[in-house]
Amino acid sequence: MRAYIIKRLITLVPVLFGVTILTFILIHMVPVDPAQAYMTACKIPITEKALASVRVELGLDRPLVEQYVSWLGKAVQLDFGKSYVSQDPVFQEITHSFPNTMLLTLAAFSWLILISLPLGFLSAVFKDSPFDHLSRIFTFVGASIPGFWLGFLLIQLFAMKLNILPIMGKGSWQHLVLPSLTLALNYAATYTRILRAGVLENLNQPFILYAEARGLKQRIIFGKHAFKNALLPVVNAFGVSFGYMLAGSVVVEVVFAWPGLGRLITSSVFNRDYPMIQGYVLLMAIVFVISNLLADIISTLIDPRIRIGDDKVAA
Amino acid sequence: MIRLLLKQMAQRFLKRKPAVICLIFMLGVVLGGIFAPWLAPHDPTEVALKFKLLAPGGQFPLGTDDMGRCVFSRLLYGTRASLGSAFVVMIIALMIGTTIGTFSAYKGGHIDNILMRLCDIFLSFPSLVIVLVIVGVLGPGLINVMISMILVQWLWYVRIVRSLVLSITSRSFIDAAKVAGTSDRVIIWTHILPNVLPQLIVLSTIDLGSLILHFSGYSFLGLGIQPPTPEWGMMIENGRRFIRSTPELMYYPGILITLVVISLNLIGDALRDIFDGNYQ
Repeated sequence: MRAYIIKRLITLVPVLFGVTILTFILIHMVPVDPAQAYMTACKIPITEKALASVRVELGLDRPLVEQYVSWLGKAVQLDFGKSYVSQDPVFQEITHSFPNTMLLTLAAFSWLILISLPLGFLSAVFKDSPFDHLSRIFTFVGASIPGFWLGFLLIQLFAMKLNILPIMGKGSWQHLVLPSLTLALNYAATYTRILRAGVLENLNQPFILYAEARGLKQRIIFGKHAFKNALLPVVNAFGVSFGYMLAGSVVVEVVFAWPGLGRLITSSVFNRDYPMIQGYVLLMAIVFVISNLLADIISTLIDPRIRIGDDKVAA
Repeated sequence: MIRLLLKQMAQRFLKRKPAVICLIFMLGVVLGGIFAPWLAPHDPTEVALKFKLLAPGGQFPLGTDDMGRCVFSRLLYGTRASLGSAFVVMIIALMIGTTIGTFSAYKGGHIDNILMRLCDIFLSFPSLVIVLVIVGVLGPGLINVMISMILVQWLWYVRIVRSLVLSITSRSFIDAAKVAGTSDRVIIWTHILPNVLPQLIVLSTIDLGSLILHFSGYSFLGLGIQPPTPEWGMMIENGRRFIRSTPELMYYPGILITLVVISLNLIGDALRDIFDGNYQ
């Protein structure tokens, strides 16, 4: 297991190289000169002379490979340069807002589990009951509704009409409820559907018939046999969605004015804040490789049939 | 033979009432977008401050927004941007993906390996991250968002088409065709692509829904279409400022997006069942 984890972490290296090189090339390929972007972001009037001095200051006059190597050398020491706009180090800005996004995503993840597990399981058990129909309507609408629109609807209902939750911003735990619910609902709908289908499929398996023949209690048949087996494929998908939710929080953060990474990156995008974008890409690559790895590890732990990267056991 | 098959499929589709209703709704929306210049009562970008924030009725069927623009006309024209852009993105990505995917699966070798590694890197990121980065570098705008969406999407199709083609090339009728001396081009066009097509149709119907959702999200963030061109996602963003006084402004486009995506999902599901039925 340990060897496997180390092996997977090593695959992080080429991914990080690939991603940073691609971003680097992209930034230098476009017609807009980074020096120009810098000066626009800093609100320095653009003149030929100033442009030339900024190019030297940012090292843009050097060959591309040299620029990349020097960027890489600093990046290893967690120095990702300074934001064009705020002039603060990129690392500081990102570490400042990342925990907020993480908090939001973790809360959304709890919603996801709280909603999709019981709903998916119960609607399979009570198939074709009114409850099942309601839950299927939820899965259809939930998967088709634009996240940001849902956010506004929730604001309108809970914050304005019922007045029980704050509208936006960050502060108490109540501030976390609506943004995290908004972020989770799309995924919750999808997983409810997958889980329901999984449980139903498992209920048709011969081992369920056998369990019934053995005279096992319904509760045990459903819980231990059908539910657990349906859960396995979902757990891995949960891990992958964690990364997706973390990235998808951009929209939700803008809706709820949540001071996270998403707000930071959208404002960077509008200002062409290249060092910030470069840092964001790197962080996301790390987050994704690690969350996919965690998903794989967890599914190995629950399902002894999967023994990834451990050939001896499999054989 | 083919006509009979199509007739059978149409009959099976008609038995599914929800899917039929969705199809009619989608046809209505698409036709509304195409014939917007004749159907819309007003110019969607015409600003008339004296008419601002009017309630529905009279010459404005769904009222007006904060600039006195006719909401109904904007919704009609918005179909072009919201549905049209997503459709163009999907068609282009699908064509590139199918071509390269088929080639990659059929020929294999180094190109196949390189493509698969590229897929591994790109597809491990959510599209939002890639779009944010590309738009961040190229600058906001409709074309840039569409380019970045295509860049993300085509790799999906490469991977899917590749696996579909591989599952077909391993079947014996392909070997038979090869032994009979059929050229690669003919095998691909007459044996492989027709077998891949049904799955691709199902897939692209459902994908179109998610592309529309993504696209409206990008417009909402201000990355895509720029004002004053009407687009549903941007209309929601615009309407949210009047969430207290006239929430209808953000209801209409939101309801439209949701209904369109639900319809596409239901149609896709129905198509899948029909095609699956044919294989049995």
